[in-house]
Amino acid sequence: MDSNTRNEAVLKVDGLGIDFGGLTAVNNFAMSIKHKEIAGLIGPNGAGKTTVFNMLTKVYKPSRGTIVFCGQDTANLSIVEMSKLGIARTFQNIRLFSKLSVLDNVKCGFHQSITYSPLDAIFKTPRYRREEHEVDRKSRELLKVFNLSNEADVVAASLPYGGQRRLEIARALATSPRLLLLDEPAAGMNPQETEDLMNMIRTVRDKFEISILLIEHDMKLVMGICERITVLNYGMTLAEGTPEEIQSNPEVVKAYLGE
Amino acid sequence: MAKSIFSSLFQNAQKRNRTVSFLIVIIAYAVLESMMRSGNLSSLFTSLLVPMTCYIVAAIGLNLNVGISGELNLGQAGFMSVGAFTGVSISGLLANTVPNDTVRLIIAIISGIVAAAIFGLIIGVPVLKLQGDYLAIVTLAFGQILKSIITNIYFGFDSAGLHFSFVENKTSLLPGGKMLMNGPMGATGTNKISNFTTGVILILLSLIVVYNLMDSKSGRAIMAARDNRIAAESTGIPILSTKMLSFLVSACLGGAAGALYGLNYSTLVPAKFDFNTSILILVYVVLGGLGNMTGTIIATIVLVLLPEFLRSMQDYRMLIYAIVLILIMILTNNEDLKVRMSRFSLKSILMRKKG
Repeated sequence: MDSNTRNEAVLKVDGLGIDFGGLTAVNNFAMSIKHKEIAGLIGPNGAGKTTVFNMLTKVYKPSRGTIVFCGQDTANLSIVEMSKLGIARTFQNIRLFSKLSVLDNVKCGFHQSITYSPLDAIFKTPRYRREEHEVDRKSRELLKVFNLSNEADVVAASLPYGGQRRLEIARALATSPRLLLLDEPAAGMNPQETEDLMNMIRTVRDKFEISILLIEHDMKLVMGICERITVLNYGMTLAEGTPEEIQSNPEVVKAYLGE
Repeated sequence: MAKSIFSSLFQNAQKRNRTVSFLIVIIAYAVLESMMRSGNLSSLFTSLLVPMTCYIVAAIGLNLNVGISGELNLGQAGFMSVGAFTGVSISGLLANTVPNDTVRLIIAIISGIVAAAIFGLIIGVPVLKLQGDYLAIVTLAFGQILKSIITNIYFGFDSAGLHFSFVENKTSLLPGGKMLMNGPMGATGTNKISNFTTGVILILLSLIVVYNLMDSKSGRAIMAARDNRIAAESTGIPILSTKMLSFLVSACLGGAAGALYGLNYSTLVPAKFDFNTSILILVYVVLGGLGNMTGTIIATIVLVLLPEFLRSMQDYRMLIYAIVLILIMILTNNEDLKVRMSRFSLKSILMRKKG
């Protein structure tokens, strides 16, 4: 990325909304994320946070609004095309390829970057061998970053909970994204694990030079690592700002604690 | 060196399973072929060998689609019939131009594969947008439709060229002409050029194709799409083309099997490839274990031979066949039993002695 785009928004969302039948789940949602920024998306249960993620990755087609990613309008792109463009994500309820090995889960992330054809695979051509070797090397490197090297050949479903969460992030990073969406990465973790996760998220941002947007209920984590926070309530943006601004915002306090 | 290659073949459970599947095929071939040559195999048994290899190839293909990709496909017999009648017709057309039987058989099998692939593509696009039961129903219907179409094809050639019609008697051939497909009567007067050796080579080739695919990004994508569709798409794996690949490979293997099958008989009726045949192949796959090619091969061999060995039971034959099916299902899926059995395995006995 050259210096011009460095300060520009990686992601720019405007007027985003979606209706399910007569129900408006998200309305007029706006946010922007800069390069190498860690941003947070918070809000009470049912506010529409995951729905926003699903729209950003095109799991749901937004009814209104624009999503501009790295200067490109994404109006007609599919889930796969969003991934190609550079948005990767994890899921609130972990979605691993449960019957594949830990290593193969990460290798799946490299799917788009592998260029050999099925025929190359059937005949095991030099091109197949070269690329597979490369993918194997890169995947093991990623596993090392996430402390999963020893479990490389284990079936993903048999990993402990924390390991599954880390594997999901490793798989997402294998797609070489420019923006990583983390949906409640600390859910179900104890304080120590959460602490480790915070450090890991920072390391990921610095090492892979990407922007990160996370949904999280753990306020310590959110306030600790996010540089900008967007608060969502009833499908609408309630507030946006730095952690300090959000903490002292009376609207936000009201939404969380009631009057 | 030789030892290291040998040990690498048995490195982990997956590789062991694969090596075993190749070994089973090669050893079974060596035994059966030598028995056949020395005249120790009854004619009934000999006549079962080629169909058995055909069913194994079709089942390996279907296992990729049903076992590994997780799509319930009830139309494998349809692809077999496309392959069979294409193969038989091509072989009939080339009878004079390509006198060498082996070459003609290979051409016939390849054309069977191509035809099955074309039909797979046409059907796959609408079918693969469906999931679960709907996919099963549509593939079932497709098998029936193909059977009905082939039942009404009249196709022949004479000195004036090719003749094709969906109406009987519209294809009156000049003297010296030959009908290749005769409506419900199917293909008659086919030169029987299939042989056991070709069948076994075909099995080995299909194993190589399926195993190599599974070791590649395509194989990973197929399993990823099965395990979690949304996560696969979010990871950049296009679902439709991934499913299409497994569907097509399955169809192609069905087509190859069909061509080999068709050229094993002088007469072949379209009704042979009905719904029951699709179910039969599915039974081989399910009994052998979803995604388990070795199991599929063993299940097919056992279930093709079983009804013949039970012939002496006469009327009770199919009853016993059904009971055996049910028993295998129960026994192979009983965790409790598996644990008990594992106590008596060689490995655990050795371990106990050591301890």
